[in-house]
Amino acid sequence: MSVLDEDPLSHERLDVELGRSWEEAGGRFTIGTALEVDALIEAGVEDADVFIASTNGDNTNLVVAQIAQRRFNVDRVIARVLDPRRAAWYSEQGLRTICPTQIAIEQLEQAALGAD
Amino acid sequence: MDGLYVIIAGAGKVGWNLARELLEKGHEVTCVEQDRRRYLTVEQELEHAVQYGDATELWVLERAGIQRADLVVAVTGDDEDNLLICQVAKEKYLCERIIARVNNPRNLDHFKLLGIQPAVSATDLILRLIEHEVPRYGLVHLLDLPEERLEIIELVVSEDAPAAGRAIANLGLPEGSLVISVLRGGAGFVPKADTVVEAGDEVLVVLDPGIEADITAKFVSENGRG
Repeated sequence: MSVLDEDPLSHERLDVELGRSWEEAGGRFTIGTALEVDALIEAGVEDADVFIASTNGDNTNLVVAQIAQRRFNVDRVIARVLDPRRAAWYSEQGLRTICPTQIAIEQLEQAALGAD
Repeated sequence: MDGLYVIIAGAGKVGWNLARELLEKGHEVTCVEQDRRRYLTVEQELEHAVQYGDATELWVLERAGIQRADLVVAVTGDDEDNLLICQVAKEKYLCERIIARVNNPRNLDHFKLLGIQPAVSATDLILRLIEHEVPRYGLVHLLDLPEERLEIIELVVSEDAPAAGRAIANLGLPEGSLVISVLRGGAGFVPKADTVVEAGDEVLVVLDPGIEADITAKFVSENGRG
């Protein structure tokens, strides 16, 4: 498990929630931004079986997921995309997308209209 | 080139001025700007030719009429946005012509990887201008079309170059190269096989990629290469 994040605070947060250090738990952490090829390589993208793009920006996720897929030939690439229409279109193009908005809509609909 | 419908994503300095130029040339233009204040400023001049919205959102592009656009130009300050706008324009809306701006030259590889061409980097353009204005490097790239396997370079013939004082036919230029123009004393002409190259001439050479070093060796002496 290797995490790439531009904010060192994210590393601390991982430690706190685990109750021990992220590295002790077998994790890796690299500070950098997703579009930096050097940072991706340092984080181990070349050996990855799965790549998850889940920054807080749809556009970053869509770009970096395609880089992982096409440049580094990662087998399984998943991108978080909040915009339902783009999530749908990119998944038609062969990119796995997870759309939290769509999931929330379905759950809200269920909560509002479904049986108790 | 008349009567194009052009969508420009980003109404910053580049986008706004580009929109103005294209409108003056008689094209139809829609600029899309996501910053409300910037939009209001630009709207005072461009009026209906600018729309407020985030051009990475599909409905915004559709509202701008992407289905009938002849050309989409993405010149926002964000490379990811420019990449994705051009990608959907090309692959979803089948727009035949796209142009993307690259803000950070290190992202150029990403544009190539995703097939977004041409991708224009202001840094690269300025570097070329500097090379053109300051020809002490001896060599200026005028045109590089790697896909078409074509390059045009400009060289200033140095004093002690092998080519100085020799006819074009006797230069022993490698196969896949051709001298297409000679600039001498401020005037250019197309050389013939017996045209004698002089020191100080600027020569334009069209060539296959990869043989540039062989050609440079003929026109620029070792010390002249700066």
